Amino acid sequence: MSDTKLPAHMDPKNSFQGLILTLQNFWADQGCVILQPYDMEMGAGTFHPATTLRALGPKPWRAAYVQPSRRPTDGRYGENPNRLQHFYQYQVILKPSPENLQELYLQSLYAIGIDPKVHDLRFVEDDWESPTLGAWGLGWECWCDGMEVSQFTYFQQVAGYECAPVSGELTYGLERIACYLQNVDSIMELNFNGREGDEKITYSDVFLQAEQEFSRYNFDHANTDMLFRHFKDAEDECKALLEAGQDGNQHKLAMPAYEQCIKASHAFNLLDARGVISVTERQSYILRVRELAKACGGAWLQTESGGA
Amino acid sequence: MPELLLELFSEEIPARHQRRAAENLKKLVTDALVERGLLYEGAVSYATPRRLTLSVVGVPAASAATKSERKGPRTDAPEKAIEGFLRAAGLTSVDQATIQNDPKKGDFYVAITEKPGEKATDIVADIVPQLIEKFPWPKSMRWGSGKLTWIRPLRAITATFAVEGDETETIEFEIDGVKSGNTTFGHRFLAPDAIKVRRFDDYAAALEKAKVVLDLDRRMEIIRADADNLAFAQGLEVIADQGLLEEAAGLVEWPVVMMGNFEEEFLQLPEEVVTTAIRSHQKCFCLRNAETGKLADRFLLISNLEAPDGGKTIVAGNERVIHARLSDAKFFYDTDLHAPLESRLHKLDAMVFHEKLGTQSKRVERLIELAAQLAPMVGAHADDAARAAKLAKADLVTDMVFEFPELQGLMGKYYAAAQGEKPEIASAILDHYKPSGPSDEVPTDAVSIAVALADKLDILTGFWAIDEKPTGSKDPFALRRAALGVIRISLENQLDLDLAGIVKSHMERISGVDDAKIADLMSFFEDRLVVQMRDSGIKHDVLDAVLGNGGLAKGFTLPSIVARAKELATLLESEAGASLLAGYRRAANILRAEEKKDGVSYNDAVNNSAFSQDEEAQLFSAIKVVNESVAANISNEEFAAAMADLASLREPVDAFFEDVLVNDDDPKVRINRLNLLAKLRDTMHLIADFSKLAG
Repeated sequence: MSDTKLPAHMDPKNSFQGLILTLQNFWADQGCVILQPYDMEMGAGTFHPATTLRALGPKPWRAAYVQPSRRPTDGRYGENPNRLQHFYQYQVILKPSPENLQELYLQSLYAIGIDPKVHDLRFVEDDWESPTLGAWGLGWECWCDGMEVSQFTYFQQVAGYECAPVSGELTYGLERIACYLQNVDSIMELNFNGREGDEKITYSDVFLQAEQEFSRYNFDHANTDMLFRHFKDAEDECKALLEAGQDGNQHKLAMPAYEQCIKASHAFNLLDARGVISVTERQSYILRVRELAKACGGAWLQTESGGA
Repeated sequence: MPELLLELFSEEIPARHQRRAAENLKKLVTDALVERGLLYEGAVSYATPRRLTLSVVGVPAASAATKSERKGPRTDAPEKAIEGFLRAAGLTSVDQATIQNDPKKGDFYVAITEKPGEKATDIVADIVPQLIEKFPWPKSMRWGSGKLTWIRPLRAITATFAVEGDETETIEFEIDGVKSGNTTFGHRFLAPDAIKVRRFDDYAAALEKAKVVLDLDRRMEIIRADADNLAFAQGLEVIADQGLLEEAAGLVEWPVVMMGNFEEEFLQLPEEVVTTAIRSHQKCFCLRNAETGKLADRFLLISNLEAPDGGKTIVAGNERVIHARLSDAKFFYDTDLHAPLESRLHKLDAMVFHEKLGTQSKRVERLIELAAQLAPMVGAHADDAARAAKLAKADLVTDMVFEFPELQGLMGKYYAAAQGEKPEIASAILDHYKPSGPSDEVPTDAVSIAVALADKLDILTGFWAIDEKPTGSKDPFALRRAALGVIRISLENQLDLDLAGIVKSHMERISGVDDAKIADLMSFFEDRLVVQMRDSGIKHDVLDAVLGNGGLAKGFTLPSIVARAKELATLLESEAGASLLAGYRRAANILRAEEKKDGVSYNDAVNNSAFSQDEEAQLFSAIKVVNESVAANISNEEFAAAMADLASLREPVDAFFEDVLVNDDDPKVRINRLNLLAKLRDTMHLIADFSKLAG
C-alpha cells in the first residue's frame, strides 16, 4: 500500500501529481537519475534521448522521467473519456536490465497503491516495435484487473543497432492508472492536485481547453505547407549536423542531430493527423525518419557517452 | 528405474507459444538422450506461463559401454597405409592397435575402441545447455548483459535425477550465469517461496499446493468446467471459443473464473461489437441466455488469483475496463450512424490501395462497373449490385472499423441497414469478402455474389495487369485466396461465367487488354482449380486431361470443366473406360512411333476403299457415329451421355486391335489404318486429352 505517512493530497489514490511523485521517489530509490521532460514535442517517452540514445552502447544507465507525449491523431476535442492528443508517460530505463526487473516493477505498483494480493496482475505478450526509430524489443503489456497499465520491454535493437547490454524499459500510462486509482471514468475528471472543495484542481481544469484547441489545430489548422517544409528542414539539418560532427572516429554533434530527427518525426505525426499523407507516402516518410534515427544512433556510438 | 526432472523457469512465456514449446522440449531432450545411449521408458512435458517442465521416467543410471572394431591393413603393409589407418581410427601409435590373424590375409591391425558408459547425470548436464542454446523459439531475445537467448529471460533451472526411494541427485550445470539446482517456485503472488524438489511426483504435488496447475490441458478443463457451472447457475451458456480458452489458460498458473456485469444498454449494440470488445480485447468469455439465445449482459473473466476479498476488486476492475471499451464502441457506433456511408466515401480518396492501381476510391469505381456487369450473369439487378459495390468499402473509414478492424464488412452491413438500404445490399457489404478462407462459406444471394466476384476479379485482374503475381510462398495480396474464392463461388452456385471474357473487359478498365496476361491468369485459375479439386477427390491428371482439351481461355466455364472431369473420372473407373483407355494408348503409341518413323502426322481422311478387314470398317463407322453424337452432347453439356458415347467405342476398338495388324505390308492399307487411328484419337480428344492421364 502507498505510504501511510503521505498526506492525503499526495496519495496516488486522490492525486494525479501524487502518483507522479510517488513513482519519482520509488525509482530514485532504485538509483535512477530523475530527469525532467525533454523540452521538445515527441510521440512517446521512448524518443527522449535518455532512452533512445542511452540504450545504445556499453555504458550502464538508469533514468526515470515523465514525458509529455503528443499523438495528434488521438485528439478528440476532450470529449472521449480515454483518449487525448497530449498525455503523460512515466518512463523508466534500466541498463543493463536487472535480474529482478519484474519484481521492481511490481513493487512500484505496490507503492502507488496496487496490491498484488488483491489485484490480478498479469504479463501479457507484447512485441514492441517502433518503425520510425528502427527499434524493437520483446516484453509484455502489464495488466491490472484486465486493464493495460504499463508496457514492459527488453530492448533488442534501437536505431538499427543491437542493444548490448539490453535495457529494460517501463512505460506507465499515467492518466489511465490514475483513473483506476481514483475510481473515475474519464481522464478529465481526475483530481490533479489531490485537494478537495475550492482547492481542488481537476485534469479538465488544466487540460480541457488545451485538448480542444490542439484538436482544432491538429486536424484543421496546422499549416501543412509549413509542416512539409519543417520536415524537410529538420531532415536537412539532421543530415548536415551528422556530416559536420564527424571528426575522425569521433562524433561531436550526435545530440543536436538527434533533436532534428525528433523534430522531423513530430512534423510527420502532425501531417499524418491532417490526413495529407497517403498510405504509400506514409511508408516512405517513416523510412526517412528511420534513416535519420539510424544515422544518429551511429553517431552517438562514436561519442563518449555512447562508449567510444 | 531412475527418472529425470527438468524445469526451465522464466519470465512470462506468451500463451500462444507454450504448447509447442513443451512439445519441443520433450522431443529435443529425449532425442538427445537416445542419441547418447539412454533409452527411456516414457516422457511427459508441461507448460505454464512461467515454466517448461519435462519428466522422463525409466532412464538408466548410465549408458552402456560400447566397443567398436575397425579393421586395418596387414602388418607388413606400406607405412603410408598404416599411418592412414591410425589417423582414421584416432590412434597415436601402432602399439594401440591389436594384431589379428586371418588365414587369407595373414596378420593385420585392428583398432578396438572401447567407450566406457557415461553417467546419465553427466549426459544430461552436457545436453541440456546445448539444447537451451538452440531451442527453436519463433522469436527469442537477450536480456541484461548476457548472451543467451530465450523467449523471455530464463531465470532458473531445476534438474534432478532420482534413483531409488528418496535418493536424488541435483544435476549440475550452468548456462550464461543461470545455475541448475533442485528448487522451484510457486505462484508469483500466492506462493512465491522456493520449493525444494526431488522427483516429478513431489514436484507436481508441491506446485499444486503452491497454486500452480502444471498441465495446460487441465487448466483449460478447469476453466471450461468452472465457466459452465457459473453460467448454468444463472441460466446462461458460455459462448464456446477454443482459441480463447487456450489463450486464457496460457495466461494463468492458477485459473479462477469469475462473472462480471455490464450495463444492459450496451446490448443495443450489434452483438458482434460487444463480443469483439470483450473477447479479443479483454480475453473474457461472453454468455448467452440459455433459453432465448440472446447475448447476456454478463461476462466471465479468468483471473490468476484467489484474492482475500473473494475477487470483488478484480471483478470490479474488469467491469470498469469492459465498461470503458463498450462505451468507446457505443460512442463510435453512434458517431458512425450520424453520417451516411456515402458521406465518407471521399475519405477513400486518401487511401492508396496500391501504388500502381490507384486509391480505394478508384477501386470502388471499378467495383461498381464490374458488379453491374456481372449482375445479369448471376441473376441480380445491376442497380442493386452497383449500389452495394459503391458502399462495400465505406465502413473502412468509420470510427468503429478503425478501432476494431476485425469488424470490417459487418459494420458496413449494420450501417447500411440503419440508413434504409435494401437488405440484400446491406448483406452484400458483409458477404462480398466471402469466402475468406477454405472453411468459410460462399455468398449465395445474387447481389452478394456479384460484388464478391467483382471484388476478387478486380484484385486479380489488377495485379495481373501490373505484373505482381504471387511467386513461390510470397503472396502478399492473397491472390491465391481470391482465385479460390472465384472458383468456389462459381462452382457452389453453378455459375457459367465466361471468365476470360469478363477479365478481358475489366482489364480494359485498368490498363488496356493484354491477351498473354489474360491467358496467364486463366491458367492460374486452372492451377488453383486443380488444387481445390484434389481436396474433393478428383485427381489432377483427370482435370489436366479435361483442361488439355480446352480450358478457361477457350471460354469453357468452371462448372462445365468440373462436370466433365467428374464424368470422365466415372468413365475411367468403369471396365469399359479402362479398356477404352488401353485402346487409346495403344493407338496413340502406334501413331507416335509411326509418325516419327515416317516424319509425317497422320490426319488425312480415311478411305473406305482401302479397308481390307471388317473390323476396320466397323471401327470407322462407329467413330463417325460417336463423333457426331459426342460433339452434340458436349455442346449441350450432356457430359454423361458424351461419356456413354465414348464407352460404346470400346468393342470396335478391342476388336480392331484383336484382329487387325496396323503395319500392313501394303503401304496404302497401312497409311489408311494409321489415319483411322488418328480419327479415333481425335474423337476421344473431343472429350479430354487422354494422353495426360496418369497410370
